[in-house]
Amino acid sequence: MEILVCIKRVPDTAENEIEVNRDGSDIERDDLVYSVNEWDNYAVEEAIQIRDKVGGSITVVSVGDEDAEEVLRREMAMGADKGILLSDNAFEGSDGEGVATILKAGIEKGNYDLILTGAQADDGAGQIGGMLAAMLDWPYASLVNIIDIVDDKTIKVGREIAGGNQEMNEMDLPCVLSIQTGINEPRYVGIRGIRKVASMEIPMLGVKDIELLSESVGKSGAKVKRLDYFVPELGEGAEILEGSTDEIIDKLTELLKAKGGIK
Amino acid sequence: MTQRIFAYIIHKKGVVDDTALEMVSAAQRLGIDAPITAVVAGSGDELGTVCNAMAASYAEVWKIDDDALAYINAEVLRELLVRILPTDGIVLIPHEHFGMDLAPGLSVKLGAAYLPDAVDFEGIEDGYLKAVREEYSGQVNTHVLCDISQGAVVTVRPGIFKADESQALQGQIVDKSSEALEEGRTDARRRYIEIVEAEVGDVDITKSEILVSVGRGIEDEDNMEIIFDLAEAMGGDVSCSRPVVDAKWLEKSRQVGTSGQTVKPKVYLALGISGAFQHLGGIKGSPFIVAVNKNSKAPIFQSADIGVVADILDFVPELTDRINEMKG
Repeated sequence: MEILVCIKRVPDTAENEIEVNRDGSDIERDDLVYSVNEWDNYAVEEAIQIRDKVGGSITVVSVGDEDAEEVLRREMAMGADKGILLSDNAFEGSDGEGVATILKAGIEKGNYDLILTGAQADDGAGQIGGMLAAMLDWPYASLVNIIDIVDDKTIKVGREIAGGNQEMNEMDLPCVLSIQTGINEPRYVGIRGIRKVASMEIPMLGVKDIELLSESVGKSGAKVKRLDYFVPELGEGAEILEGSTDEIIDKLTELLKAKGGIK
Repeated sequence: MTQRIFAYIIHKKGVVDDTALEMVSAAQRLGIDAPITAVVAGSGDELGTVCNAMAASYAEVWKIDDDALAYINAEVLRELLVRILPTDGIVLIPHEHFGMDLAPGLSVKLGAAYLPDAVDFEGIEDGYLKAVREEYSGQVNTHVLCDISQGAVVTVRPGIFKADESQALQGQIVDKSSEALEEGRTDARRRYIEIVEAEVGDVDITKSEILVSVGRGIEDEDNMEIIFDLAEAMGGDVSCSRPVVDAKWLEKSRQVGTSGQTVKPKVYLALGISGAFQHLGGIKGSPFIVAVNKNSKAPIFQSADIGVVADILDFVPELTDRINEMKG
C-alpha cells in the first residue's frame, strides 16, 4: 500500500508559552521550540504499522519553508521511506483551501492508496483532510482512531464521536483519513535515528514542479485571511492564590473544605 | 440581494442537539439582516418531530427526508446539499464530529470559503465576515476576515453562543427531498457499520462529587501516584484530560471532555490541564474549579474559580500531606 502522510512543523505548545508580539501581527517567534504537529506524529506511526503489516511505502509531505525539512527528516527517522517538501514563495499566506490545493497538486504527481493527515494542527481548524478529499473526489473520514486493512480495496475505520463512543465504517480505497491522537503509541526517535537519514535527499517542489497556477494559492488566493493576533479578554477569570506555598495551601484547603471538596 | 443564511441542525433519535439553538444566536451575530433557514436531514417520523421543533426558532425549515439518511453519512448528504443550497449562501454547521466530516468538503463542492471553528463574529466589513478564532489550544485568539462573496461554510464551536430560546416563530417547513434527490444518489464509498459504545471502567466519574483531574503536566506515568494519593485524601476520584489517555496512563472511561465523559461534580481540581475547549465541554453543573498549572497563561485559569501557578509535581504532594495532617 502506498501511503502519504501530510505533516506540519508547528510551535510546540508543550515546550512554549505562546504570546502575541508587540503589534499583534504575529505570535512572538523568538526562541520558540518547533516540532512536528502532535496529531501528525500519530498519523505517521499508524502508516508505519500499516506498511509493516501489508507492505508498501510511506511518503511524508509538508507545505512550508526550508525549516519544514527538519520535521520531514524526523518522521523519516521514525520510519517513513521518503519525504517531499512543497515549498515556493508563491505558497506564502495560503489559507486552508490554498494548502489543500497545493497538496492536491503534489499528490497528483504520485500514486497513493491512502492519505493520512492529523485531525488538527496548531490553528485548531481540522480542515485540510476534508478539503483535500473533496478536491480529489475521494471518500473521507475525520477523527479516526482505528484502522483495519481489510484488503487492497477496502478498509475499516473507527471514528471518535461523542461520549467515548466509536463509529465504525467501511471505506473504499483510495481515501483520506484525519487521525486522532491516541490511535497508537508513536515510537521514540533518537539522535541516532535522525543521523541515519541525514544524508537522504528530500526533493523540494515548487509551483512549476507541481504545475499549479500560482494565483490559486498564497495570499492572493486566500479567501480567509488572518487579521491579527490578540490575547483573549479574560472574563472574571480565576482568583490566583499568591504567597508562599504554605500560605497558598492554607487558603486552598480552607476553600476546599467550605465547598465540600474534602470528605 | 442579501445572502441567505442556513444552519445545519444536528439531531439524534428525534432529539435536537444543543447546538441547534446556539446557531440562532450565532447567525444573529453575523451582521446580515436575513431570515435564517434551518436545514434538517434524516428520515421518517423522527425527522418530522425535529422539523416541527425547529419551526419555532427558524423562519424556514428545509427538510430532506430519505431512508439513506437514517444514519447520516457526510458524503451522501453533501451531494444532496450541493444540489439545493444557493452558491452564495452562508452555511453554519456545528464544529463537532459530524460537522468536521461534512463542512470542509462541502465548502469545496460549493466553491465557497471555509471558516472553521469560529467562536465569535464581529459583523461584515467591506464584504468580509469578521470572525474570532482560537489558535494554540486557546492560548491566543485571532481575528480573521472571510470573503463571503461566493458564499461561505462556517463551523461554529459548540457551547460558545448562548442558546436562543426566545424565538416564537411559526416557520414554514419546506420539503426539499425531491429537489435534493431528483438526480438520485451515487453509492457511498464510506458505509456506516455500527456504533461501538464506550467501555465502562472500574470507576464511574460521571457520579463523582469530587474529581481530581490530571493532564499533561503530570509528565510521566510514574508520577500518577501523587494524583491518586490526593484523591484518596480528599475522598474523590481520579479523572483526566485526553493526553493522559493517549499515553495509556489511565483508561478512556476516566477522560473528561466532549470525546470522553460528561461530569457534574461539586468540586473539580484541574491539575496540569491546559483547559482546551474539548476538555471544558465535558464539565457541567458549574462545579467549584481549582486549577493548578505552571503556565500562568493556560486557558484553564479563565474557567477556574481559584488558580495556583505552580508545578503540580511539587505542589500536589504538599497539598496531600496537609489534608492528611488536617484529618489527623
